[in-house]
Amino acid sequence: MQRHIISILIENESGALSRVAGLFSARGYNIESLTVAPTEDPSLSRMTILTSGSDEVLEQITKQLNKLVDVVKVVDLSEAAHVERELMLIKVRATGKDREEMKRMADIFRGRIIDVTESTFVIELTGASAKLDSFISALDAGLILETVRTGVCGIGRGDRILKV
Amino acid sequence: MISGAEIVIRCLQEEKVDCVFGYPGGSVLHIYDALFKQDQVKHILVRHEQAAVHAADAYSRSSQRVGVALVTSGPGVTNTVTGIATAYMDSIPMVVLTGQVPSFYIGQDAFQECDTVGITRPCVKHNFLVKDVKDLAITIKKAFHIASTGRPGPVVVDIPKDITAQMCEFDYPKTIQMRSYNPVVKGHLGQIKKAVQILQEAKRPIIYTGGGVILSDAAEQLTKLAHKLNFPVTNTLMGLGGYPATDKQFVGMLGMHGTFEANNAMHYADVILAIGARFDDRVIGNPEHFSEEKRRVIHIDIDPSSISKRVKVDVPIVGNVPDVLEEIMKLMDGGFKTDPDVANWWKQIDAWRGRDSLRYKQSEHIMPQYVMEKLYEVTGGNAFVTSDVGQHQMFAAQYYKFDKPRRWINSGGLGTMGVGLPYGMGVLMANPDAQVACVTGEGSIQMCIQELSTCKQYGFPIKIINLNNGMLGMVRQWQEMFYSKRYSQSYVTSLPDFVKLAEAYGHVGMKIEKPEDVEPALRKAFTEHKNDLVFMDFIIDPVANVFPMVAAGKGLTEMILAEDL
Repeated sequence: MQRHIISILIENESGALSRVAGLFSARGYNIESLTVAPTEDPSLSRMTILTSGSDEVLEQITKQLNKLVDVVKVVDLSEAAHVERELMLIKVRATGKDREEMKRMADIFRGRIIDVTESTFVIELTGASAKLDSFISALDAGLILETVRTGVCGIGRGDRILKV
Repeated sequence: MISGAEIVIRCLQEEKVDCVFGYPGGSVLHIYDALFKQDQVKHILVRHEQAAVHAADAYSRSSQRVGVALVTSGPGVTNTVTGIATAYMDSIPMVVLTGQVPSFYIGQDAFQECDTVGITRPCVKHNFLVKDVKDLAITIKKAFHIASTGRPGPVVVDIPKDITAQMCEFDYPKTIQMRSYNPVVKGHLGQIKKAVQILQEAKRPIIYTGGGVILSDAAEQLTKLAHKLNFPVTNTLMGLGGYPATDKQFVGMLGMHGTFEANNAMHYADVILAIGARFDDRVIGNPEHFSEEKRRVIHIDIDPSSISKRVKVDVPIVGNVPDVLEEIMKLMDGGFKTDPDVANWWKQIDAWRGRDSLRYKQSEHIMPQYVMEKLYEVTGGNAFVTSDVGQHQMFAAQYYKFDKPRRWINSGGLGTMGVGLPYGMGVLMANPDAQVACVTGEGSIQMCIQELSTCKQYGFPIKIINLNNGMLGMVRQWQEMFYSKRYSQSYVTSLPDFVKLAEAYGHVGMKIEKPEDVEPALRKAFTEHKNDLVFMDFIIDPVANVFPMVAAGKGLTEMILAEDL
């Protein structure tokens, strides 16, 4: 079972997302995270799916995705050099001495505090998923009020370009 | 400017659609009105929407054209789902036009509203919801294009009622380009060369072909290639007729109820040339057992996802089957020599054939196998045989020798009971002069029996061969063999009098109870009653089973033969 990041260019039409999500559930494939948004060409969406499976399963996933009529291109980003990022917003309790501690932790992880109230901070943190995980585990669990993560998005390095 | 409804009909005319199978209702009233005002596109009014889709499906299966069904929103659509899924599993090109509530009502739980696109999504090749009348013509064009190219399949076009009332210029595109949909046609030449090399080295080869040969109209190329190679050929259930069953190189159907020689040849082959087939569970049995033998597999298929899905393939060739077979033959013309060991392989196959695995004992009752043999004789092997699902389906597949493609019309993938009678209607619309035999059982036939009424209305002279054992035979067979004869819910009491039932619908009914009456009755039905629908109720041996049989989870060579019992 290996972790794979699948990037998909898909026609930006209603129902496109459910075709992909439906394919994964119908055939029993994993989705660990899924992100989607239009590209610079508004007629196309780019979807990034974090999944896992054996080589055979991954081969089927890419073949089945390619078979969807709305799908224009499919690439397994993790097959070669790529960068990946995930964005997290985390709301923490920040009162008393914790207020300074939270500020310090955000700085160490190169996070930014983007909302401040008397008792809470919202910290924005971007990075590989593992970095977000370690930020969470570095905090006192009792102080975490809410987290939201975008899921992984990624892009090939250098000349590896996914475009129509 | 014409209305959306008229656009729908004009599109069908442009696609040279000569008939649609359907059922009217609120959301499609405009379309039915447009249909009324012309006579190029005929309409067959079924008695249940499921039958409309099955008939359109069989229209496709028995011709090289795309079948079309037209139904209303809500229950009209949900009734089609079984038919759509049936066509999808067997890759049948079909366009299903569905009415939808007016677009400004969508999402408000309007009367007869359902999420058609959502409900059908997992069982269509693609589907569309038309949101603007300006997109209507191009969407229908796309639907026909997608349904009939690449690996074919059903396409649903959902059309809200208000769209069918709006006015628009009609401009039907001649061709269509889609950046996201460009199925491969030509096979990779390098791979084809590799395949030819492996075929040349084969000592124990087999050609294993499926529905892909039928769908791509490659029977001619397949026969030529097989003769050139002198290799044995086996067909899947869906592939029957892709290679002439009376040819000496044909070893019969393989799989769960395949012949002894076909299953052994498949298992012990050192080279498998798989063409338009997908190694499914009913074909190779237990995949672990199957992979115990070392062999090389060449797999030709239009759909890359069918390759290496269940069995590891050494030489994948993605392409249109007839084109790839032509390429192979072209390369073979440059001095191809079959390995001399193939002669020994044939000796082995002939020894397997010697087991005569389709032999069966006659009894005082009518044996279902006997009915199939006589049906074959009486029809001269020329009938279109539609079938339902169960024991009778297997008997037809085993004992009716199909020499031509598109003559064997059955639900292979989904295994849908009830398809047989509406399939007969579809066949007759595509082939008006055909002899059509619907091989069925007293269980299956009752699942779409209301279509006897449609058959009367349009004069479909289907010969219904009802193999009546008073049991859901295939279920009973499994219960006998694997559930210690606990026949849970597999017998049918209070069956109707099928003769009277047929007569009530205005057809001819016959009840046949003795073996000696089988042939005369069939002859009478196909000659004297050539133009009538004849319901032939054959009271058969209640305990006849289908053999050979590979039990679920067993290996392909672990067959139960009739003689073992």
